[in-house]
Amino acid sequence: MHETTPPPGATAPVFYDEEGHAHGDGGTLFGFWLYLMSDCLIFAALFATFGVLGRNYAAGPSGADLFDLRLVAVNTGLLLLSSITYGFAMLEMQKDRIRPTLNWLAVTGLFGAGFIAIELYEFSHLIREGATPQRSAFLSSFFALVGTHGLHVTFGIVWLVTLMVQVRRRGLIVANQRRLMCLSMFWHFLDVVWIGVFTFVYLMGAMR
Amino acid sequence: MSDTAIPFKRSGAIGSPCKKLRRKFVRGLAVFITSGLLAGCGMVVMDPSGDVAVQQRNLIIASTVLMLLVILPVIALTFLFAWRYRASNTDATYDPEFHHSTQLEVVIWTIPLLIIMALGAMTWISTHTLDPFRPLGRLAPNKPVPADVKPLTVEVVALDWKWLFIYPELGVASLNEMAAPANVPISFRITSSSVWNTFFVPALAGMIYAMPGMETRLNAVMNHEGDFTGLSGMYSGAGFSRMNFGFRSLTQQGFDEWVAKAKAAGEPLNREAYLKLEKPSEAEPVRFFGSVEDGLFTAAVGMCVAPGQMCVQEMHHIDRMGGAAEDSEANRQRLDYDSRRLESGSEPSGATFPASGRAPRSSEEPQGVIPRDQPGQERGTVPPGPGSGPAPAQLNTRPTDGHQH
Amino acid sequence: MFSNLDLQQLIFGRLTLEAIPYHEPILLVTFIVVALGGLALVGAVTWYGQWGYLWREWFTSVDHKKIGIMYIILAIIMLLRGFADAIMMITQKALAVGASEGYLPPHHYDQIFTAHGTIMIFFMAMPFVTGVMNYIMPLQIGARDVAFPFLNNFSFWMTVGGAVLTMTSLFVGEYSRATWLAYPPLSGAAYSPGVGVDYYIWGLQIAGVGTTLSGINLIATIVKMRAPGMTMMKLPVFTWTTLASNAIIVTIFPVLTATLALLALDRYVGTRFFTNDFGGNSMLYMNLIWIWGHPEVYVLILPAFGIYSEVVSTFSGKRLFGYTSMVYATMVIALVSWLVWLHHFFTMGAGANVNAFFGITTMIISIPTGAKVFNWLFTMYRGKIRFETPMIWVMGFIPTFVLGGLTGVLLAVPPADFVLHNSLFLVAHFHNVIIGGVVFGLLAGVQYWFPKAFGYKLDPFWGKASFWCWLIGFWITFMPIYIIGLMGVTRRTQHFEDTAVQPFLTLAAIGAFIIMAGILAFVIQLVVSFFKREQLRDLTGDPWGGRTLEWSTTSPPPPYNFAFTPVVHDLDAWWDMKKRGHDRPMEGFRPIHMPRNTGTGVILAVLSTVLGFALVWYIWWLAALSFVGVLAVAIIHTFNYDRDYYIPAEDVVRIESQGAAQLVGGA
Repeated sequence: MHETTPPPGATAPVFYDEEGHAHGDGGTLFGFWLYLMSDCLIFAALFATFGVLGRNYAAGPSGADLFDLRLVAVNTGLLLLSSITYGFAMLEMQKDRIRPTLNWLAVTGLFGAGFIAIELYEFSHLIREGATPQRSAFLSSFFALVGTHGLHVTFGIVWLVTLMVQVRRRGLIVANQRRLMCLSMFWHFLDVVWIGVFTFVYLMGAMR
Repeated sequence: MSDTAIPFKRSGAIGSPCKKLRRKFVRGLAVFITSGLLAGCGMVVMDPSGDVAVQQRNLIIASTVLMLLVILPVIALTFLFAWRYRASNTDATYDPEFHHSTQLEVVIWTIPLLIIMALGAMTWISTHTLDPFRPLGRLAPNKPVPADVKPLTVEVVALDWKWLFIYPELGVASLNEMAAPANVPISFRITSSSVWNTFFVPALAGMIYAMPGMETRLNAVMNHEGDFTGLSGMYSGAGFSRMNFGFRSLTQQGFDEWVAKAKAAGEPLNREAYLKLEKPSEAEPVRFFGSVEDGLFTAAVGMCVAPGQMCVQEMHHIDRMGGAAEDSEANRQRLDYDSRRLESGSEPSGATFPASGRAPRSSEEPQGVIPRDQPGQERGTVPPGPGSGPAPAQLNTRPTDGHQH
Repeated sequence: MFSNLDLQQLIFGRLTLEAIPYHEPILLVTFIVVALGGLALVGAVTWYGQWGYLWREWFTSVDHKKIGIMYIILAIIMLLRGFADAIMMITQKALAVGASEGYLPPHHYDQIFTAHGTIMIFFMAMPFVTGVMNYIMPLQIGARDVAFPFLNNFSFWMTVGGAVLTMTSLFVGEYSRATWLAYPPLSGAAYSPGVGVDYYIWGLQIAGVGTTLSGINLIATIVKMRAPGMTMMKLPVFTWTTLASNAIIVTIFPVLTATLALLALDRYVGTRFFTNDFGGNSMLYMNLIWIWGHPEVYVLILPAFGIYSEVVSTFSGKRLFGYTSMVYATMVIALVSWLVWLHHFFTMGAGANVNAFFGITTMIISIPTGAKVFNWLFTMYRGKIRFETPMIWVMGFIPTFVLGGLTGVLLAVPPADFVLHNSLFLVAHFHNVIIGGVVFGLLAGVQYWFPKAFGYKLDPFWGKASFWCWLIGFWITFMPIYIIGLMGVTRRTQHFEDTAVQPFLTLAAIGAFIIMAGILAFVIQLVVSFFKREQLRDLTGDPWGGRTLEWSTTSPPPPYNFAFTPVVHDLDAWWDMKKRGHDRPMEGFRPIHMPRNTGTGVILAVLSTVLGFALVWYIWWLAALSFVGVLAVAIIHTFNYDRDYYIPAEDVVRIESQGAAQLVGGA
């Protein structure tokens, strides 16, 4: 990097890019990936909080008392399947087939909605049993972590529906393909986070 | 006035004249620091009276000297280079290609590295020897703790905005003043009743947090007799500025007399007295308690002084056993602690509009704080006068009607 | 107004007429001054018919240069507010000694120190740094804009939204009394009920969204949009520090967002994260907030280091000494900054091993920092130093900052920290590094790059006057504060019993007024320079003999920055071009692809601020409405695919020939 001055008489190099091909698309996918990493740190903070507070039951119910692992297993299955169906949608997108892309997206959205529905059922059940977020630090951190994930999935669904409308209107143009790819990263990211939640919160919580 | 006022001196021990300070420094340490210190002989941190604080002071000086080894040349070189290579000085060499030199780079990185290595070693050792949780090994340089000397235990509770000292071995307690015999190790056990504070006697040793529901420790010894000041170093609400106490370092005989005085004062410190004391108040006069209910400090740490409360210690035990699914609801009611401030009608320490019950930024004082326009007036608990009813909670309520403005 | 209280609560939440402190003379006067000033400004803009211009050319602009300038204007306005708080605090401290009580009751004083800290860090230093990075970094890497221009505009307005919400607390309700980091349990619902902490939380949350997004944006810009030939090891040092600073932002601001969200849940929902009871853990908050808080210091100081590097190199007429070691030093500082947070609470009693570990990691940071200082020193060595206004800031910075470094390392030694923690010594230390490091750097940056942004230099006389006031004022203010700290006096006290501190506090107050003169001189400098702009005009675009690419274009740069993207062959790209004789191409211009302005950012930020206000005052219907509004506007925005346009080649030709005429005229 410390080039020395060229010998006198050498011709000056090209200093301007006169062809105008310098700038690409600015890296939307890279930027979105950065966003996901920052979002990942929100989850990291919530996981850390759960790690610290997860056994502070405040002389109240623990995970082993509360969690219904069968329900959570169904939930996990729904979310994992939705990731697969999103993958199918992306495959169809690459083949430039609008109809099947939209169909797979719709299936993904339905799985996501199912996931949210089961989670809401689980929450309402817990609250009816008196295991409210106010009951103990453990429950506060549980609801915060799982709820934040659920909120992300909800926003993912809203985004998915918006994108479906846009794909229907404009087709699989470059901008829409880019958006579908961003949502794809987002959706898989939520899947990965859920695996963490499932393992650390539910499995390890129910087993101890 | 005089009977209530504590000798609030932030300026160290009586009878530690500047002369002594000067002698101490000139002996072993750099002159430039001394000159700075002489400007203010009231610098208790630089002239403490307890062995722990002395060691902390020595560490400050040693680290400073170590760092000045590199910092002074840097400052000198800055001005030297700036003067030498000013554009108007045509005598100076101008070498625009001088931008890399491996040897110089090595030096540049090595000098700070060496200093930090030395400092790091000092840090590692001193952090362990001066760990406040660790019982004292010595009373003064070359003066180990005699085998037959048992440390004096003092239990400290930071209340809003005053300090309660309990002497479990002696069965007495005091408010806003503590005493200890000089040259006897003191073992503090510290907690707080509502929010965080720090327990800090600058002449004695460094500070440590006082945290509700938790217990911290501090081991220290005072080497001189005299009256010193203690304070809270952690902002804790409206009365924080006056959350000071007197630390009296006495001879053994003087201390025995102090304890006898406390015993004679009579008033017992039981749970009711504690709960009354706990309400926010500022600049409380010194007060003594002739007897202390058993386990009061443990209950204060456990946030269970009030009858029926579940202690934190018990809660931790249940939690370690895996929680309590069955008695959950009953336990919930016994654990509620933070909301008692609102329910008891005391103003929360940091309340703002509308929960404070005052108009925004009004000149009206928060509850428990002495009126600011009549300084030096009767200092004591401000009785909740008519109209200063319970401050509304975090609710959609208007200020209570009793408050004018 | 309403006989039915419930109806009133339904509509106005806990907001009542009493929330407006019309009975307080200080606030009333402030309000009248602000209102009259605001009205005068609005009136003037209306009279001259400039609303359309402001809206089209500034508020909705996605041009990184205009956004950068707007950030700096916001920072200067907030500096005035934060500094007014500082003056009130120091005069109160100087007066309230012994029998005197001063003029601020504790619950008012508490709000002032909370607001001072919050505003100075979040709404002064952060926007200032972001503004400079926004303006300069794309120019330095030869880019036409940032990677996501709309996002940039949105980030800026979110920062404004947070600032507006924070300022609103001055006239509607009260601000937090729970210190600038809002430690629970004090900041929890049980001990700080009322709107104060809620204003704090939502002000920071709204601004935090903007900061995180702007961090992502600037990283993507550096990674993806560098001019051809500009490898990472040819990045200008300021761009490197921008990269490091934004990498830290992207990793820490999410933690802040999460932490404040948990505190908000504790306050709004009654969860038990940081409460004393039900297993809550306030020590967890302390850890989380400092995991954000300590790296934040480096977010601010690293770009300032970058500015010093550019200024030293330019005014010494030399390439920066030890570029590679400078880059590594920057990255080491950034990395280690994540591993030191615990040194803010050694006194919590975490144990000797933990304390010693974090003490030593903290000291390790001083190694690369020391190397940087040496590198600046050896850049001056064998240089030809011109002491123009930006350079004298560097001369003031080095001695001031190394003192701050010294006291900082002292505080990193745990046993020493036990006696210095929470003392005024600590207060003096962080003001020493933030004023002596960050603020001096930013002011040097303004002096240095102002001619680039506006086409004329700043008046040197008033610049030097401002510098000397700042420097002398700083030393007179904070040396006594260091000393009082060694007298065992802790921070945030509204009153002192011991009269021995009064002389020191009085001296500190005098120093604060000297700093005020420095701020005033800076404002005068801006005004004087504007009127003398023809005299101070720079037509070359390169008034200081610059080395990096921002000096290769005209001043102010055209909207597209560079008609032809520069090709980089050497570290100091522009110096290299000048040395080897470049020819500015005057033909063959092509239409330039540019992003279109949009008002969506403003609308989203306004709705978010309304949402914050509604949440502070429990006006639930408004909160719901504005939240739905934010979502709807964001979604509608995505249906707009028409986001760019081309500047026709003829326009480029016209702008460029004007620039060329300038260059000829100036030469």
